Amino acid sequence: MEHFHTNPELNYLTNGHSLRSWLLTEDHKRIAMLYLMSVTFFFFIGGLAAAGVRYELMSPAGNMMESETYNKLFTAHGTVMVFLFLLVAIPAVLGNFLLPLMIGARDLAFPRLNLLSWYLYMAAGTCITLAMLGGGADTGWTFYTPYSSMYSNSNVSLTLLGVFLGGFSSITTGMNFVVTTHKMRAPGMTWFRLPLFVWGHYATGVIMLLGTPVVAITLLCVIFERTFQLPIYSPELGGDPVLFQHMFWFYSHPAVYIMILPAFGVISEIMTAFSRKRVFGYHMIAFSSLAIAFLGFLVWGHHMFVSSQSMYQSVIFSLITFLLAVPSAIKVWNWTATMYKGNVVLSGPMIYGIGFQGLFLVGGLTGPFLASYGNDVHLSATYFVVAHFHYVMVGGSIMGFLAGLHFWWPKMTGRLYNDTIAKWNAMLVFVGFNLTFFPQFIVGWMGMPRRYHYYYFAPEFTPYHILSTMGSSILGIGFAVPAFYLIHSLFKGEKAGDNPWNAHGLEWNTSSPPPTENFRYKVIVTDDVYDYDPVAEHENDMLAAGGKA
Amino acid sequence: MAHAAHGDEFEVLKFQYEDMDQQNDSYIVGMWCFLVTEIMFFGMLFLTYSFYRMNYQNDWFKAHEQLDWKLGGINTANLLFSSFLMATAVRQAQLKDRMGVLLRLGGVLVCAFVFLGIKYIEYSGKYEHHLFPGPGFAPEVSHFHGANLNHVQLFFGLYFAMTGLHGVHVLVGILVIGALAMMWVKGKKIVTEDYIPTELVGLYWHFVDIVWIFLYPLFYLMPNPSGPNSGGSH
Ligand code: HEM
Ligand SMILES: [Cu+2]
Repeated sequence: MEHFHTNPELNYLTNGHSLRSWLLTEDHKRIAMLYLMSVTFFFFIGGLAAAGVRYELMSPAGNMMESETYNKLFTAHGTVMVFLFLLVAIPAVLGNFLLPLMIGARDLAFPRLNLLSWYLYMAAGTCITLAMLGGGADTGWTFYTPYSSMYSNSNVSLTLLGVFLGGFSSITTGMNFVVTTHKMRAPGMTWFRLPLFVWGHYATGVIMLLGTPVVAITLLCVIFERTFQLPIYSPELGGDPVLFQHMFWFYSHPAVYIMILPAFGVISEIMTAFSRKRVFGYHMIAFSSLAIAFLGFLVWGHHMFVSSQSMYQSVIFSLITFLLAVPSAIKVWNWTATMYKGNVVLSGPMIYGIGFQGLFLVGGLTGPFLASYGNDVHLSATYFVVAHFHYVMVGGSIMGFLAGLHFWWPKMTGRLYNDTIAKWNAMLVFVGFNLTFFPQFIVGWMGMPRRYHYYYFAPEFTPYHILSTMGSSILGIGFAVPAFYLIHSLFKGEKAGDNPWNAHGLEWNTSSPPPTENFRYKVIVTDDVYDYDPVAEHENDMLAAGGKA
Repeated sequence: MAHAAHGDEFEVLKFQYEDMDQQNDSYIVGMWCFLVTEIMFFGMLFLTYSFYRMNYQNDWFKAHEQLDWKLGGINTANLLFSSFLMATAVRQAQLKDRMGVLLRLGGVLVCAFVFLGIKYIEYSGKYEHHLFPGPGFAPEVSHFHGANLNHVQLFFGLYFAMTGLHGVHVLVGILVIGALAMMWVKGKKIVTEDYIPTELVGLYWHFVDIVWIFLYPLFYLMPNPSGPNSGGSH
């Protein structure tokens, strides 16, 4: 690395302190940190809207707010959470930070593009926030036409513009991941030595490249139709609004895998590291990511069982959807098998990871309920669906994000946090989460429709909604607490050392936090991925007794 | 290439790469990734097109008669020729023939402007005949032999969306090719020592060309759905 003259004492955080050095940085680690801050901010906004929705549902009368306000609240919640948090959190924060480190590269292939992607994301966030401040949109995050394109009087275009820009941010991130994985691996880092985290992000990158452009142009067409009356879906002229749904779900089903595949990668790393055992079925986990990325594009019609789609289409979509459950199940089985007879260390990240598994299992298993064509006619657009996707997306992506953030926090910041608090908080989140969303399965099954802000016609739903709102308060605390102890660790935390968890992987070989060029020496990979020696019992005890680490 | 030729590579090799081969490979893979996203981007519109075309064959056939296949044809030939010029420009870049590259890139730029000029003539013609969809849409009914005007409007909606998007790509092409040509004029090492940047721009331009190759027959040359002798036209 002749052309690098950084001081060995400097790392990516201390190398330049000015605002400018952050806002114009091309260092993937700094960009990850910028993303971490912005994503946390939008998560907070989305969370506030969620609180509004939940409090309105405490009583059956629905008299806390107007229907219109309620519609705007759940739209804000869905739009912000999906487009500004779930699609971005793990790939743009953890993926950006770790992917180059894990394959022994100095940066992503296109650092400037990476910076651009953050700016696009911020522009997206600004548009969506401005739209909210200017009165909000009331279409729901799915923007179904012709309501969104012709009839709604709310700020739909600006919101859509935000989503459109966010799409470009996603595309550039995906491009960076795919090219980096192909071309930037250190010598000896063969495809089958790639950490499963990298496999997960590679598959995510592929989905971003293939899916995002479709939704981008689809939404652009809605903007055209709204602002210039350029007809594309307009049923008055013979256009087909269901066409919009096809295009939308062609992206948005695969998009749920953009939200979950990176989390799968995180969990694979954590399971093997804290079981101190080579991950069970490495190849199966890697290939199941690719299988998910591929099959994910063939099942969009399961969101349209109750649209005008023909019965034959529905039957086929139903069938392929069932197929898609197989690769997800493979992963869950393999993580379980990894823990089996391992020396499991119940650290903070591991508890978050195990929580992930429990929640994702419930979410994943309710998928086939919905994928059964006949069954979905009953369940579609009820709270059962709401519970399903929150179990997979909140239980999956957010738990995965928290797990990963805790696991790599010492690497990212060089500091340790209080692991005991982290463990208790992980359990609090798990309890709060179940209390919030499990009752929704029940009311959904009983027939509570989605997107209604009253249910005076069925007061028997009340206890479930009250439970759910109580749970959401606990969940809110569970999400807030990490902010405190993690930030506290930045100032008061012990120094982490290079490898506090005694884990495998290139990222643990460099200093914490890593230097700007990632490694101070030329990386050559000689050992296999996850080459954990079976650990002697006493070593494990020592690690556990070290407690904090 | 490795690190041997350091002096020259120094200013063009980005710090994240080991050597020029890795850098160029990354650029090429990146470019193909980008083109894949472009295919998906246009693909969605082509799908929409086929869907409506299937439903409204006769109405759309009548709508398409308003488009001038000769102007479109000239533009097709024009773009094909520019693509050919671009391919030879890449060849000259490999040979490090600076004048050769510049002449050809200039030719491509001229073609691109001609393309936009002809499109301008076409668009303004449509606009004058009130064929632009939206509130001002008021075509002379007699031109459409009883076709459903709503479907005609849908046709023009997609016509403007698709050719408009393609036109934006031509415009971006002009900017990118112009920037590339400027670098050749200034003799920047990044382009004169290495043909890859020129090749990447070339790939983009061929893509823009290929999209038009699909747009032209779909909009301008649609066959009469009821066959040539069944009195569908005039
Ligand atoms: C792997 C993670 C998964 C995620 C992140 C996810 C996410 C979602 C989301 C967000 C929705 C609701 C969309 C909306 O209308 O707003 C949904 C609905 C649905 N999901 Fe999943 N899902 C996952 C796994 C599965 C699996 C494994 C299956 C089936 C085997 C499945 C089947 C369905 C079906 C059929 C619906 C449509 C329900 C309806 O609208 O009637 N999902 N999912
Ligand atoms: Cu789906």
